[in-house]
Amino acid sequence: MSKSNDIRKDIVNMCYKAKTSHIGSALSCVEILDSLYFHVANITKENINSPTRDRVILSKGHACACLYATLFEKGIISKEILDKYAVDNGQFPIHLDRSSADGIDVSSGSLGHGLPLAIGIDTANKLNGINSKIYVVAGDGEMQEGSMWEAIEYISSRKMKDIVLIVDYNNFQSSDPTKTIINELDINKILKSFDIDVFEVDGHNIDELTKVLKKETKNPKVVVAKTIKGKSLSFMENTLKSHYMKITDELYKQAIEELTKGDK
Amino acid sequence: MGYGILDKFREVFPDRFFNTGINEQLSMSMAAGMALAGKKPFVYSIIPFVTMRCFEQIRVDVAYMNLNVKIVGVGAGFEYGACGATHHGTEDMSVLRALPNMTICAPGDNREMEFIAKDSLNMKTPLYIRIGRHNGGIMNNNETIKIGKASIIEEGEDIALISTGNMLPDAKAYAEKLKKEGRKPYLISMHTVKPIDKDLVNSLINKGVEINTFEEHTIVGGLGSAVAELIAESGKGIKFKRFGIPDEFSHYVGCQRFIKSKFGIDFLG
Repeated sequence: MSKSNDIRKDIVNMCYKAKTSHIGSALSCVEILDSLYFHVANITKENINSPTRDRVILSKGHACACLYATLFEKGIISKEILDKYAVDNGQFPIHLDRSSADGIDVSSGSLGHGLPLAIGIDTANKLNGINSKIYVVAGDGEMQEGSMWEAIEYISSRKMKDIVLIVDYNNFQSSDPTKTIINELDINKILKSFDIDVFEVDGHNIDELTKVLKKETKNPKVVVAKTIKGKSLSFMENTLKSHYMKITDELYKQAIEELTKGDK
Repeated sequence: MGYGILDKFREVFPDRFFNTGINEQLSMSMAAGMALAGKKPFVYSIIPFVTMRCFEQIRVDVAYMNLNVKIVGVGAGFEYGACGATHHGTEDMSVLRALPNMTICAPGDNREMEFIAKDSLNMKTPLYIRIGRHNGGIMNNNETIKIGKASIIEEGEDIALISTGNMLPDAKAYAEKLKKEGRKPYLISMHTVKPIDKDLVNSLINKGVEINTFEEHTIVGGLGSAVAELIAESGKGIKFKRFGIPDEFSHYVGCQRFIKSKFGIDFLG
C-alpha cells in the first residue's frame, strides 16, 4: 500500500508546526521518494550505516520535509525527532544537514551538488567492489545549474549506470514558471543527445515510477517525472506561491480534510 | 595544470588516478562523494581553479560535511606570473581561512612539503596545501615538521620574520640583510596558516619581539592578518609589518620575480 498520503500529512504537520515554506516543492516529490524508499532502493533501518546499501541524494534540498517524512514512515527516524523540524533547539534544518540523523546521505540546499557527489560515491564504490545504486532527486529548475551538466557529461562518458537521476519536473522554480526562464527547452531531447536513456513518467504514479526505476537500460538512465507542484492540496496545486506560502490555521484544517479524503 | 607533473603517480597507481576534465565544480564535489564512500582523495590543480572556481563546492560538500578531502593548489602568488591575474594564486588563503573545519598549509621548501604530505594522511578533515612551483632550496632542517606547529629555522632576539610558503627564501635573504645591520632576527616558517601556531606567536608577543610577516599573497586575510589578529587581541602594542601583495590585481607583464619586485616583496636581490 502506498505511503504517499501519510507522507503528505507528515509534511503538512511539520510545515504547519514550524511555519515553514517550500511545501509545494516537498509535495511534488512524495511519490518519487515513496517509490524509492518503499519499492526500489535497498535502504532499511537495519542497513542504514552499511557502506554497501543504496543511497538517495535529495539534491533539491529545500524539499527536505518530504525526505524527513519518508524516513519517518520507513522507520529510520523517530516521531520524536520528526517534531524537531525547523524549531528552536530542533534537529532538522530547512535544508539537509548530513550530521542531523542517520539516513541523511548528504548535506544539500545549494543546487547542483547532488549529481557530482553521486559520481564520487559511485567511483569510490567501484574501487571498493561495491555495486549499489545511487538515486539523485533534482528539480527541473535545478537543471539550469552548470554543475549538473558537467555531471551528465561525465556520467555519459563513463557509462555510470549505477547513478540514476530523477528530475522532479513540477514546472516551477523560485519566482517563476521554469519554462519562462529556459524558453521551453526540451530536456528529454538534450539528455538523449548525451546518450542517456530518458524515461518520462507520471511522477505521481508509484507503479510507473517503480517500474521504470527498476528497468535495466543500455545507457545511464534519467527519469523525468512529470509532477504537480503542491500536489494533493487544492489551494497549492500548480501554483508558484506554493513554493513560499505558509499554512495558516484555516488552511491547515482544509489540508488535513483534503488529505484524509485521500485515505479512502 | 603542470603538464606531466603527476605522470609518476599515474604510472604507479593507474586505477587511483582520475583526470576528471575541465569541470572544477564537478571535480570538487566528486572528491567529496569519494570521501563519503570511504576514500581519501587529493584534488590537484592551479590555485585559482582548485580553490575559487569551486569555492562553494568546497564550502558545502567538503567543509560543511567535514570530509577527508585534500586540496592541493600549485602556483602560489605569482608563480604563474606571466600568465596574468587569472592564474595568480593571490587570495586563496584568505577565502579558505574563513571556512570552518579547514586546515591550510603552505610549505616553504621540499622538506616541509614531504613532511606535510605524510602528516596529511593522518588527518581525516579538510586540508588545503598551497605550493609554489620552483625549488628554492632546503631551508628547514628541523628534525620533525608537523602540521599546526611552526618551525623555528633560526633563533633570534629582537625581531621575528615569520614566513609562509614560497616566501621562505625571501625571508631568509631579508634576515641576512638585517643581520648585517646588527639585528638578531628569528626566522620562522609558518607552514600551517590555519590553525596558526598561537603558542609560538604569543610567546614572541610576550617577549616584546617585533614581528614581520612574509607571504606571496594579498595582505588581506592571509598570514599577516592572522598574526595581526593575535597581536591586536594581546593588548601589547608590539611593532609589526606585513610584507605581501597590496590590495590590488597585478596588471604587470613579466616573470614572478619581476612582479614581486614591482610590489616590493622580492628580497632575493
